Amino acid sequence: MSPLMTTIVAVVTILNVLACAWLIWWTALRRPGEVAAGEVKEHVWDGDLRERNNPMPRWWLILFFLTIIFGLVYLLLYPGVIRGTLGWSEEREYREEMQRAQRQYAPIYAAFAARSVVELASDPKAVALGRSLFANTCINCHGSDARGAPGFPDLTDNDWLYGGTPDDIVRSITYGREGVMPPLGPALGPQGVEEVVTYVESLSGRPEPADKVAAGKARFVLCAACHGPDGKGNTAIGSKNLTNDIWLYGGSDATLRQTVTEGRHGKMPSHQWLGDDKIHLLAAYVYSMSHPQQAP
Amino acid sequence: MNHDVVERKLGLLIVLIVLVISVGGFVEVIPLATSAAAKQGAVHITPRTPLEQAGFDVYEREGCYLCHSQQIRPFRSETERYGPYSVAAESQYDHPFQWGSKRTGPDLARVGGRYSDEWHRLHLRNPRDVVPESNMPGFPWLARNKIDGELLQRKLRVLRFLGTPYSDADIAAAPAAVQDKTELDALIAYLQSLGLARPRG
Repeated sequence: MSPLMTTIVAVVTILNVLACAWLIWWTALRRPGEVAAGEVKEHVWDGDLRERNNPMPRWWLILFFLTIIFGLVYLLLYPGVIRGTLGWSEEREYREEMQRAQRQYAPIYAAFAARSVVELASDPKAVALGRSLFANTCINCHGSDARGAPGFPDLTDNDWLYGGTPDDIVRSITYGREGVMPPLGPALGPQGVEEVVTYVESLSGRPEPADKVAAGKARFVLCAACHGPDGKGNTAIGSKNLTNDIWLYGGSDATLRQTVTEGRHGKMPSHQWLGDDKIHLLAAYVYSMSHPQQAP
Repeated sequence: MNHDVVERKLGLLIVLIVLVISVGGFVEVIPLATSAAAKQGAVHITPRTPLEQAGFDVYEREGCYLCHSQQIRPFRSETERYGPYSVAAESQYDHPFQWGSKRTGPDLARVGGRYSDEWHRLHLRNPRDVVPESNMPGFPWLARNKIDGELLQRKLRVLRFLGTPYSDADIAAAPAAVQDKTELDALIAYLQSLGLARPRG
């Protein structure tokens, strides 16, 4: 704020306070010719309405002056007319709040950071802290029960697109992941899509007609580049294991047909801003969900 | 002048009331509105792209501000959840501002980059597809409505009149930029642009 503006504000504020004090003092003055307190005044409104002279009680008047004194003290202590003798500012208050929290929580996070993710996954305190971080950060995509939604992975089933080791989980949270399956409709044609879908369904043990499965298997060469010749996927690029009947977008005929024809594009955003310590705890919580023998 | 005079002359009473209540506005609103520091702040804010601006208009029309605020206050409980607190400069191109005053849903001041476009697509069509506990209404019609490029062009001219530094080239290119885009595309582009000036972490 410019010095001129600051001065104007200060002058207007002080004048306003003084004007309030004067107004209260002036209206409480007794005037010559005034009728005594409690007596009926001369003036008549609307033919028959009269009023008495009822001055404000003294305690009430004192309260008014007390609020004015409070206002002046406030203006002395806090920013307004001057910077304020307490040196208070909203930014400083926030900084101090953050520093207090840092002093209080940093040792706790540091103690957890020194232990491995696997170890923390069986520590009830670490898991509880991880769970609240998860509730704050992850549930809108992965669900409050971490069971995911179509297009957003279930974190409890121990099936991993990008690997389920503690390091893999930490990397997924920190840098995010982006999975792209290209649309294969144009390359395969409607019949080709149908055959590939049938073959993929047979991979997870569903009974399918043998001739279509065989035809699909021949076409699967196209898919094997990412999903592997045996369809078991590749965690290095996030291609799904097709043999376990766990589906990211759904395993119905119609959904699989759509997946193959139009392709899919899944994205987990980066969460580097959480900081290493919180990511470490989140990884421990995520790890604990698919390793119940380690869970507390 | 006597108290009786003030009570009997209505015009005088009105003038005095306006005088008294305008003091607060004068010392609290005008200094901030004329302050260059509040407008620029420590962050560099660029005007929205035409598609993002179209999304802003959808955001306003659908009344998103009734349930979502766009102001992160300087308290740890807010910055831990939403990211760095908001500064005045960040809403300098919002006409009207979208600060909101109620959080039925979460604050959106730094929602940009927090979710994928695909998540927003599913979530705006029917929030319960991705967040079963959500009580947000679905907005399925956004995917069907196309952005009107010429109308947008006129809006950008008005915004330039109000002080947003759009160049002639920006305005000329607007219809092409939103060609065949739906309101859903625009809204997602707008949401993904929110809060990137002061990133988290």
